[in-house]
Amino acid sequence: MPVITYRDALGAAIREEMQRDDRVFLMGEEVAVYQGAYKVSKGFLQEFGEMRVVDTPITELGFAGVGVGAAMVGLRPVIEFMTWNFALLALDQVVNAAAKMLYMSGGQYKIPIVFRGPNGAALQLSAQHSQAWESWLAHIPGLKVIAPGTPYDAKGLLKSAIRDDNPVCFLEGEMLYNTKGEVPDEEYLIPLGKADLKRQGEHCSIITHGKMVLVAMQAADQLAKEGINIDVVDLRTIRPMDVEAIGESVRKTNRAVVLEEGWEICGVGAQVVDYIQRDCFDYLDAPVIRVHQADTPMPYAKGLERAAKPDLPKAIAAVKKVMYLD
Amino acid sequence: MATKVFMEALSPTMEEGRLVKWLKNEGDAVKSGEELAEVETDKAIMELVARGDGILRKRLINEGDTAPVGTLAGVIATADENIDSLVAGAGTAPAGGAPAPAQVVATQQETAGASSVPRRPEESQGEASTPPQQKVADVPPAPPARAAAPSAPAPTPAPAAQGEVRSSPLARRLASERGLDLHSVQGSGPNGRIIKRDIEAAAAAGAAAPRAAAAAAPSAPVIPREGDFHDEPLSQIRKTIAKRLGESIGPIPTFYLTAEYDLTRVMEMRKAMAELGDQFKVSVNDVLLKATAVALSQHPEVNAHWLGDKIRYHNRVHLGMAVATDEGLIVPVIWDADRKRMSDISREAKELAKRARERKLKPDEFTGSTFSVSNLGMFGIDQFTAIINPPEAGILAIGTSEEKLVVVDGEPVVRNRVRVTMSCDHRIIDGAVGAKFLQTLRRLIENPLMLVF
Repeated sequence: MPVITYRDALGAAIREEMQRDDRVFLMGEEVAVYQGAYKVSKGFLQEFGEMRVVDTPITELGFAGVGVGAAMVGLRPVIEFMTWNFALLALDQVVNAAAKMLYMSGGQYKIPIVFRGPNGAALQLSAQHSQAWESWLAHIPGLKVIAPGTPYDAKGLLKSAIRDDNPVCFLEGEMLYNTKGEVPDEEYLIPLGKADLKRQGEHCSIITHGKMVLVAMQAADQLAKEGINIDVVDLRTIRPMDVEAIGESVRKTNRAVVLEEGWEICGVGAQVVDYIQRDCFDYLDAPVIRVHQADTPMPYAKGLERAAKPDLPKAIAAVKKVMYLD
Repeated sequence: MATKVFMEALSPTMEEGRLVKWLKNEGDAVKSGEELAEVETDKAIMELVARGDGILRKRLINEGDTAPVGTLAGVIATADENIDSLVAGAGTAPAGGAPAPAQVVATQQETAGASSVPRRPEESQGEASTPPQQKVADVPPAPPARAAAPSAPAPTPAPAAQGEVRSSPLARRLASERGLDLHSVQGSGPNGRIIKRDIEAAAAAGAAAPRAAAAAAPSAPVIPREGDFHDEPLSQIRKTIAKRLGESIGPIPTFYLTAEYDLTRVMEMRKAMAELGDQFKVSVNDVLLKATAVALSQHPEVNAHWLGDKIRYHNRVHLGMAVATDEGLIVPVIWDADRKRMSDISREAKELAKRARERKLKPDEFTGSTFSVSNLGMFGIDQFTAIINPPEAGILAIGTSEEKLVVVDGEPVVRNRVRVTMSCDHRIIDGAVGAKFLQTLRRLIENPLMLVF
């Protein structure tokens, strides 16, 4: 099976969908001539032309709104934000227009739009550009929220997102674009709302998504050397969340660590823990532990940034703590 | 040398005790053997006694407070001895489980029972601070193996208030499914929390007798209104009744057999005996107790205990008799009731009932019964079903004896009759077995002269 990068997997997904359906178009800052800030849309302008690969001014709210309008009249826009940090400016269109249009129009307007872009911290981009937004977006009824951790999942989920008739926020890991993984040539789709058990073990579950999937897999490798075998549940979709998959794993292992990039308070992990206590209370042998970013703006200083981020040692320590081994 | 006074297990089932009253003040000189305090156990009020001589320097449990067995209750020392380090450990259970018998004894026997009460051992600092590396190194090949190792160090349990048991939800569910009493399981999690591996270890060791779970699912809440109720904290005896009888009605497959006996000859015999003098007076209940005991001696298949993996048939008949007290039910035991004379049974039953109501029974007077009898006849109850006192095979519920119109040889006549209902644990007794026992009992009661045979 071919091994390709996460960025190329995303590009392949959009390209295939644009080839398949001429209502699909890509719009955003630097997507056309520059071929994408992260080179996801490499070669798109030549292949599809400027009608379907549209460069915009630096006006997030404006082009997000154009996208929502285009979706209302039957097109299937893919809106690229240079990062989700910049998408804050567009949130009124995402939250108040896209997410609510179907509801407020009494079902008359479907909004088949994908908002996508890099999410979460990279390296030393400081407080304003190092944020993970999935908990904000997942809070909104009417939105679907996806955060793939591997090239295979990124491609299959993005294709499903583009074909979905609802607004989908697609959060790509900024540090994942260069990661590689096996992606088949033949077409495949991954259904939204389905988690993936990326690793099987019996002693503890790590429930995670996005970039932290890699951290969880590394933790699983290291812990296996100590005789500790863990489940890694990759949520893949934050909303709607695969509650069954969480329950199945936790009922098996009786212990859980919830790992995420974002902040603690009202984070995605808080919701996961709620599902666990609701559905698995009588199966818990220990309190669930969360691993997340420190409750502070992301520091610029390298050492402080490292200390603030969730990482491999923190994940391993959490598993040991939840197993009463520390 | 200073002597510690602990809250002791003064009854076989005692897990905590309420210090009712101190009998000595701080500063009082005490001698070994002197009573220090009155303690309410789950069954009775008993005395804590000092063995060491000295001054009662410190009282560490307030009157009216309840403390788990093993809690440091006081310190006896010489007048000038420094006891700060001893007092600093107040409120904690003693190291290594049961306090040494030399330190404190109960006025009453506590030998067999005391050792069966689960303790909360406290770990030394050294063990508790085992370096994490060492613990992690224990792990391979699989963490559960570590749990099975008896040497696995248990973290220090916090002093549990009111006999509280810390346990994970999973452990509670597993214990419930396996019929383990959490009080009998040692927790290895943080603060002594009982977790899955502890349940598995306990189940594997068969350490705990099969029992129903202590933790039942809470029922759906109703919204109570002011004035609809008043709250009464559970007395020790009420707690014990709830625990013991809940264990009974749940897992025991019970069936009931009812029979009505003619008491004509019993009444005649009583009358004849009473005419011989007051010392020969016996009650109907005394006769029924004696008859039941004799019937049991002839039916060892009924005089049995269910022990989970085996049935124990008793050769001796120790008859429990349920006694109502202001606090609740207690079942004192008439030992070897089948071999005792009617007069002995009569006297003993009276004495036991009296002391039960005064809560002065000794542990060996309310444990060890092989079969029990409950009589609500004095309350005008025609017949009823009693709950088996586990692990016994059955219990006989005796109703009121009264005159009834019955048919004898085709003629309506007035006769004194009594109804008895036997609750049978079907795991031990089958229907016909119970019926035969009641048949024997009928022969004895309707022909009470056989009791002197």
